[in-house]
Amino acid sequence: MNLNVDFCGIKFPNPTVLASGYLGVTGASMVNCVKNGCGGVTAKSLFMEERLGHPNPTVLTYPGGIINAIGLCGEGIKKAGHEFKIYAKKCPNNPLIGSVAGKNIKELIEVAEIMDTYPVDIIELNFSCPNVDDEMGRPIACDINTTFKATKAIRAVTKKPISVKLSPNVPNIGMIAKQAEEAGADAITAINTVGPGMLIDIYTRKPILANKVGGIGGMGIKPIAVRCVYDIYKNVSIPIIATGGISNGKDAIEMMMAGGTLLGIGSAIAYHDMKAFEMITNKIHEFMEEEGFDDIADLVGLAHHS
Amino acid sequence: MTLLSPKIDRIIENNPTFRTYVFKHHLSAKPGQFIMLWLPEVDEIPISIGWQEEDEFHLGIAKVGDFTEALFKNVKVGDRLGIRGPFGKPFDLKDSKKIMLIGGGSGTPPMLSLAQKAKKKGIETTVVLGARTKELLLYENKFKELDCDLHVATNDGSKGHKGYCTDIVEEKLKTHEIDCIYTCGPELMMYKIAEIAKENNIECQVSLERFMKCGFGICGQCCIDGTGLRVCKDGPVFDSKIALQHQEFGKYRRTASGIKENL
Repeated sequence: MNLNVDFCGIKFPNPTVLASGYLGVTGASMVNCVKNGCGGVTAKSLFMEERLGHPNPTVLTYPGGIINAIGLCGEGIKKAGHEFKIYAKKCPNNPLIGSVAGKNIKELIEVAEIMDTYPVDIIELNFSCPNVDDEMGRPIACDINTTFKATKAIRAVTKKPISVKLSPNVPNIGMIAKQAEEAGADAITAINTVGPGMLIDIYTRKPILANKVGGIGGMGIKPIAVRCVYDIYKNVSIPIIATGGISNGKDAIEMMMAGGTLLGIGSAIAYHDMKAFEMITNKIHEFMEEEGFDDIADLVGLAHHS
Repeated sequence: MTLLSPKIDRIIENNPTFRTYVFKHHLSAKPGQFIMLWLPEVDEIPISIGWQEEDEFHLGIAKVGDFTEALFKNVKVGDRLGIRGPFGKPFDLKDSKKIMLIGGGSGTPPMLSLAQKAKKKGIETTVVLGARTKELLLYENKFKELDCDLHVATNDGSKGHKGYCTDIVEEKLKTHEIDCIYTCGPELMMYKIAEIAKENNIECQVSLERFMKCGFGICGQCCIDGTGLRVCKDGPVFDSKIALQHQEFGKYRRTASGIKENL
């Protein structure tokens, strides 16, 4: 039975990938995720400059989900290079996805140019983080034309595979994915967080997040993620890193049937801790055995077949 | 993990730079665990849980930064604070018969919580407290109430041994058999204790502190170099043999953005 995944010509030993924004802060932390069974990792999004992010509280759970407004903290692309090197040296068989962010297209290009020189296998374009005050007033991935323009500009500065990370907070995610594909994207990552949302503590009478609003992830958004991945799969022929509320093996299989080739795992760590990766891969293995599948690739997009 | 927002029942001023905030709530935390304490419109920080009773718990807090300055200045008895937790891996008493607890300055509260549990289990408990000067020694009476064998060290010699608590530890270990050492305090002190434990071939557990965000192991902010382990979830309590594998233990930590800064 084959659980290896070929994604844009890159080999993953299993379909689970640490999703961006979870634990991908340091090289050592990403190595620890691989020790716990993930097939590959996505590092945290980086801007050109150092960013402190929002003050705490930044991450909260509630029944059904997780809300966060971390605000993309990071040491900046130039200083982060050594973390990628630590990881690539220790985990040569587990691909590394570098996530690129920017306040505008110019910055995105500059960050991508530097990311291109690092030992990353795939470059993910974070066009959809809701926690950044975008100069354009909203994430790039909320606009079909800007998505095309930004993808095309970055396509010109790297030969590595690029995956465009999309926002679910649009009426036409399938069409936006199509524009990214036409602009030269090799893959789509979907979805980023839903919302934004807010939680208020009724006793202190205040929004709990310091940023007041934050993106919603976790098990509650899975049906939205499944629908988005389904729509994208229908509209493009490039592969998809499906992510958003996958909290167990059944969710993972569901997401593959919607059209995901790789699976971004994040909130499952909150529910099952580090064993989440192995648990999900084992469940997929068990399911394939029970249902008579030999190759994991045969699960991808099954829900579209008539 | 739902947010609690209990009222402060009373505030004990232990010394001008350290207060104990008492909440009437059954937290059922294990010694060594922490909570994320939220002061609305200011910040949220990890705080170790101290003394606990059936219907109350204590948070011992030192005035060290913007959060704690705002807390000391603006928050009164009857006000509400936000609490998430308890989080983290607690101290493990295993099947020890004789233990030594070492609390350095504001690292003392979790040692008090651990002493409560150890004495309840009938474990012979030696406590060593260290501080710069006698006014800054914490919870001496509480440890005496628990009938611990108490020793203190002050840097200026105003009470007990003049010097560091590690001096007392080294001295005690020459004559006393100890099954396990537990410590919380300044990281350089804990590093020294981890090395002393290693030299003497004694089990040891240390409690680390790092900048945290989520508190439950998903955001990666508090991951430690060398092992990649998360202080909030795999710790804050680590076996000292594991801690000594953290390449940053006793050396550096990371800021909010992830830049390294020396201890």
